[in-house]
Amino acid sequence: MKQRLGTGFKVLFLGIYLIVMVFPLYWIVITSLKPQKDIFTFPLRYWPKQFTMDNYVNIFKISKFHIYIGNSLIVSIAAAFIVIIISVLSAYVLARYKFRGHGQVMLAFFLTQMLPGFISLAPLYLMMSHMDLLNTRYSLVLMYTVGLIPFSTIMLRGFFQRIPGSLEEAAMIDGCSRWSALLRVIIPVMLPGIASTFIFAFVQNWNELFLAVMFIDDESMKTLPVAMNSFILKFDVDWGAMSAGAVLSIIPTIFIFAIAQRFIVEGLTQGAEKG
Amino acid sequence: MNNKKVFILSGLLPALALILAFTYYPFLKGIIMAFQDYKLFDLRNVHFVGLDNFKAAFKDPKFFTALKNSGYWVFCSLILQFVFGLALALLLRKPFRGRGIFQGFAFYSWALSGFLIGMIWKWMFNSQIGVINDLLLRLHIIDERIGFLSNPKWAMMSVIIANVWYGIAFFAIMLLAALQSVPADLYEAADMDGATGIRKLWNVTLPYILPTIIATTLLRAIWIFNDPSLIYGLTNGGPAGSTHILSSLMLDKIIYAGDYGAASAIGVIMIALLLLYTIFFLTVTKAEKVGDF
Repeated sequence: MKQRLGTGFKVLFLGIYLIVMVFPLYWIVITSLKPQKDIFTFPLRYWPKQFTMDNYVNIFKISKFHIYIGNSLIVSIAAAFIVIIISVLSAYVLARYKFRGHGQVMLAFFLTQMLPGFISLAPLYLMMSHMDLLNTRYSLVLMYTVGLIPFSTIMLRGFFQRIPGSLEEAAMIDGCSRWSALLRVIIPVMLPGIASTFIFAFVQNWNELFLAVMFIDDESMKTLPVAMNSFILKFDVDWGAMSAGAVLSIIPTIFIFAIAQRFIVEGLTQGAEKG
Repeated sequence: MNNKKVFILSGLLPALALILAFTYYPFLKGIIMAFQDYKLFDLRNVHFVGLDNFKAAFKDPKFFTALKNSGYWVFCSLILQFVFGLALALLLRKPFRGRGIFQGFAFYSWALSGFLIGMIWKWMFNSQIGVINDLLLRLHIIDERIGFLSNPKWAMMSVIIANVWYGIAFFAIMLLAALQSVPADLYEAADMDGATGIRKLWNVTLPYILPTIIATTLLRAIWIFNDPSLIYGLTNGGPAGSTHILSSLMLDKIIYAGDYGAASAIGVIMIALLLLYTIFFLTVTKAEKVGDF
């Protein structure tokens, strides 16, 4: 009896939680598929009388949405790649070697995660302006890379620590240099960890708003979040177009999350726990 | 030996150089700005003004609202996210059919940006055609529409609800991993002592995962305190500044007012608060080394 009660409670709690989690996503998708007039008529319909793609067609008409998607993809993928290359190196060194200043270097990485980073926003804007990088995708690739190096290093370091050091020692006895031992022996074993770090970095870049708002003004350079931000200011009441835009911005990350959820979760928690 | 030094240096150099140049250097410049009259629209006239930016902040009622809101925002979001996250993690600990799929739907909020989540909730909270008003009316919980975001009395609560929704997944993920690392023989020993479910939770599980709990809440509180994106998307601090937290107020001063000096002063105050918080937290929990994450 007690057992049954427990199970009942569990199913109830998980059921309610699931509904609460999924409903906002459901609602924004449903809104984006309603004809404009149905969005604003009462009573609200939880299942539309008719479905339409008008809002999606519309958003490509009133804005350069394909360009924003392209920019977001380029910036997010490029920065994630560079982050991985740089962080694999720093993480490997920090996982395998003890040296003077090891603790300070780790602290320098950790601190970036705790500081209120937006205090740097204005100085960064001025720096980008001096470097002539405003309104370029380079500015974003550069800053997204910098922003993710510490977290990626910490995460990858956790993965490296789980690989026994005997692996590359053996390789080095066989005549490999440190570099080729890392490249040929360690990296292949690390691929799942590297993949989940890459995905994490991609998602963060894809979602980033404020640096992009500061640096980018030019329509042809805008990323999706910047575009959505100007939608809010320009078409505040056009919830049809906005919901379509929101759904399009969400799809890639949800899709990636669905495929790689297990890896990412594992990576995040392992990296974090191992420290 | 020398070979090893070169390897260490070349491995760390790119990461360290970039962080020093583009994280710490602008960060220090930002701190200096707090003591300057630094306005985007008057860049020719940048000069030191001592503590004027801080005095101005302390005279601004919006600042105190934001300060108080930051407290509510962090405290309520954190407690609720933690309680629901822990409950969820406990229920998901043992495998059951469909658990993988359930986790997919339960944790996806992690992959969305705070800004977009803010937008989606702004749509749902809409006082005229919002779905939340509609649902509450249909269920006869309320008799007339509530201005969830337009009424200062409700606005802060609404923002926190959205944030709780956003953050439960984070806690659930971290705590679930911690729970799965509890060695089974600890439970066996407790079983032999005839411990019940609640006692096992209290005497075995929670003590074991305490380090994770401490590390996670410490970090999470700081992130919640620092992150303005959900509020930016949801209310942008409105109505009339009643939902600004310190970080969103700072952002507002940068993006809309271009008053970098005033923004930086708020930033410096935030750093001071974070320091106090970290010292307090670590003293109270007596955790000198919380992993090192």
